[in-house]
Amino acid sequence: MKSAILVFPGSNREGDVAQALELVTGRRPSLVWHGDGDFEKVDLIVVPGGFSYGDYLRCGAMAAQSPVMAEVKKRAAQGVPVLGICNGFQIVTEAGLLPGTLMRNSHLKFVCADVHLKVETSQSLFTNRYQAGQVIKVPVAHAEGNYFADPDTMKKLEDRGQIAFRYCAPDGTVDGRGNPNGSSSNIAGVFNETKTVLGLMPHPENAVEPMFGGTDGRGLFEGMVEALS
Amino acid sequence: MKARVHVTLKNGVLDPQGKAIGHSLNRLGFPEVGDVRQGKFIELELAETDQAKAKARVEDMCKKLLANTVIENYSIELVG
Repeated sequence: MKSAILVFPGSNREGDVAQALELVTGRRPSLVWHGDGDFEKVDLIVVPGGFSYGDYLRCGAMAAQSPVMAEVKKRAAQGVPVLGICNGFQIVTEAGLLPGTLMRNSHLKFVCADVHLKVETSQSLFTNRYQAGQVIKVPVAHAEGNYFADPDTMKKLEDRGQIAFRYCAPDGTVDGRGNPNGSSSNIAGVFNETKTVLGLMPHPENAVEPMFGGTDGRGLFEGMVEALS
Repeated sequence: MKARVHVTLKNGVLDPQGKAIGHSLNRLGFPEVGDVRQGKFIELELAETDQAKAKARVEDMCKKLLANTVIENYSIELVG
């Protein structure tokens, strides 16, 4: 599986994603600079976390208009899988690849903690290594992770099974206790309609080695390898 | 001419920052302050001299970059 990780001025998790992907594929992903309008053909594009363009104006707003994102939009339309993590999630929503947006956390604080996620479906190239309803533990680190979409969009997301992960309590209960940022319906990650684009606020790439507190995020990368190799 | 763009959150979109500002003002001895909504003010220097054309261009800028129309409204004022 060949993958590319986008790098914007202010990205800072590209190395973490590269390591996670290398761990499961044995192959180093290529890094693609934001000004590059074209890059080699790949099986997966990752938009990593960080603070692209200093998060000026709105998180992800500037990066969404960069030359590399124009190319990513083209490829996503052709069905090339795109994974947006944290700031990458903000970028792909700003680019219109996913519905909704990420607002300031309801408590206004930066949150850096391990959270529990309920996997909503195993029927996607990203989540096939998990069971629907399974609870996984991965870290979050963000100040703008409060998912919001208008009521019509929320209904569509629910009806079409486009919600990938929800924040939950360790026992899997989805309620306010497990919600670290005020997200609507505890949404931590969503798919596009074809489930070829996934955006999520938590960092599965930081939960792939026992040494760093857990390996629950590894399934996401292994699942993609299985689906895309 | 100059364009002044106000970007505000749509009605019904929770504004935790506005809420925090409101609470602070209440605490500082301004109990008359009720709901507070926070937004952005952006001033653009334009080479265009035709008002209608300028307005249309700035509308386009708002839709493409300056506002996120999922959660935000914008208003444009042309000056000079």
